[in-house]
Amino acid sequence: MSAHAKVIQRPIPERALQDFAAMLRIRLTEEAILTLRLAGTIVGSVHLSNGQEAIPVGVIGAREAHDVVFATYRGHGWALACGLPVAALLAEACGRASGVNGGRGGSAYLSDPDHGFYGENSIVGAGVPIAVGAALAARYDGSNRVAIAVFGDGALNQGSVHEAMNMASAFGLPVVFVCENNGYSELTPIESMVKDPILNHRAKGYGFRGVRVEGNDPAAVRSVAAEAMDRARGGGGPTLIEAMTQRIVGHMVGDAERYRREGELDAARRDEPLARLRRHFTEAGMDEAAIAELERPVRDEVREAIDKATAAPLADASTVLDHLYG
Amino acid sequence: MVEVHLPTEPGVASLTVASAVNAALDRALAEFPEALLFGEDIALPGGVFGCTKGLVERHGERVFDTPISESAILGAALGAALMGRRPIVEIMWVDFTLVAFDQIVNQAANIRYVSNGRLHAPMTIRTQQGAMPGSCAQHSQSLEALFTHIPGLRVAMPSGPQEAYSLLLAAIACEDPAVVIEHRGMYPVSGDVRLGEPIEPVGGARVVRTGTSLTIIALGPMVQVALDAATTLAAEGIEAEVIDPRWLAPIDTATVVASVSRTGRLVVAHQANITSGFGAEVAARIAHEAFWSLEAPIERVGLPDIRMPAAPNLQAALLPTASDIVAAARRVVAP
Repeated sequence: MSAHAKVIQRPIPERALQDFAAMLRIRLTEEAILTLRLAGTIVGSVHLSNGQEAIPVGVIGAREAHDVVFATYRGHGWALACGLPVAALLAEACGRASGVNGGRGGSAYLSDPDHGFYGENSIVGAGVPIAVGAALAARYDGSNRVAIAVFGDGALNQGSVHEAMNMASAFGLPVVFVCENNGYSELTPIESMVKDPILNHRAKGYGFRGVRVEGNDPAAVRSVAAEAMDRARGGGGPTLIEAMTQRIVGHMVGDAERYRREGELDAARRDEPLARLRRHFTEAGMDEAAIAELERPVRDEVREAIDKATAAPLADASTVLDHLYG
Repeated sequence: MVEVHLPTEPGVASLTVASAVNAALDRALAEFPEALLFGEDIALPGGVFGCTKGLVERHGERVFDTPISESAILGAALGAALMGRRPIVEIMWVDFTLVAFDQIVNQAANIRYVSNGRLHAPMTIRTQQGAMPGSCAQHSQSLEALFTHIPGLRVAMPSGPQEAYSLLLAAIACEDPAVVIEHRGMYPVSGDVRLGEPIEPVGGARVVRTGTSLTIIALGPMVQVALDAATTLAAEGIEAEVIDPRWLAPIDTATVVASVSRTGRLVVAHQANITSGFGAEVAARIAHEAFWSLEAPIERVGLPDIRMPAAPNLQAALLPTASDIVAAARRVVAP
């Protein structure tokens, strides 16, 4: 190192490097989906998670391999964090035969049980009781499995979530509720739709612990998730994690975002998890070239996945009647 | 509550419908270690109609009560099924499925197809329906057609003790979401039940009475009503063939087509409202597949398109009876 180096190199934990790569994989995949959507290669409703990547990376970093995840249509990041290959996700969104569900799920309703990802859901609160059922099964199969239910702040106002939280608590089931609070109930500010904007307060009414965490910090998320999973596995019942975040894109592709306050997005972009971690790396003495080197394999992976997915044949229409019944 | 007695030995037993349901659940819990049974008031109280009496005592923690939370019950059944359990849930009244229809239609019915066969949900929803004297409008609907409209579901409607036993076991053994719709007016009805036979596969209608003059296809409780009508008709020299479809999804059209091909005449009877009722589907299929055999217009017998009043005499003015079937039969035999 040069004697004139202006920054002092500090060691960066390996885990932070892994988090960065995992979050970047999600970000680049979402950006690829946006590009493919605007090009018409992907059609229909697409919901991106840009800005929220630290939550799936943090939570999944704390899970055991047999723990299962139930997410919503803003679930690409969760599927990837669980281990779904980028190409299989992109191919699914593009309606290809090689998609993880052969093109039947699409962007908003894909699933990958091989990696413990039991699916997105296009009904915002519907996955929550299903996750509670997965936790219920753990009581009988000796698996010590934890079920992770992921939903947005808006979903907390849907009845099925209330029913599921009450039942999970009454039965002491091993489930972790993860609320990605991005401040918007689809296109409407959540503050205008609840009296108490601290959403984890709901947990107290059901008799379990609620906690708010900085959702743009994967390490912080991982820490509270690990604690919640330990509690669930130990018979301590559910936890509601309210992970504070912001999406730096619209609710769906094509959202005009007229509901945004002035300056809100600029602030959100400064605070989004990749920007934060990149700033942290720079402050620790990592230069641009080193960061680029960190990014390179992920960029290559996503680029190759795009090529692979878009080169794949469309789903075979002759199979369209298959798999309705066993 | 109907008295429920578990049969103690295999073979043929005379059981009420409620006891036949109980025997089927008992057998399922014994034969499928992955089976779970849950719902509102089903464990400690034994069910509001007594159908689950004694099962928690015999099978322990696999049988449990739930909050009054139909979405949570059905969602939990689906989630547990995805993890390899075989849940059987009771939705106390079919009317209550409406508060949680999302979990049946958007969730359970979709899961196998949309996952491209990577996921499936062997779950059974037991419920009961129909009007009984004094039952209010939210406890008296016959909603089978809401379920048969949904691909991905199996739908059964038992017509007596044997069917209550056999169809429920078939539903439980099947690897897809199945809805078994009983009729609470039939819970005290007794009949012989063959216990311990191999569990049948899903599907298949049953010819309950043979006849050459016309075919009556009747759903659930209307099978007995149709048999009563057939007795009246026989005195007039009209021999009705009565078919119990047993399963509405999959519907055994072939058995009905074969019958209508011989009789040339068809009456469809159900307790559900006429418009868009299951009778419309049967009529459409027969009009298509047996059109050239038909010698008279198809008749539908059902509830007029009206809400259900509570007063018994008002209900009686609406509910389809044997006389309605007789009248319809006379119309098709001598159009």
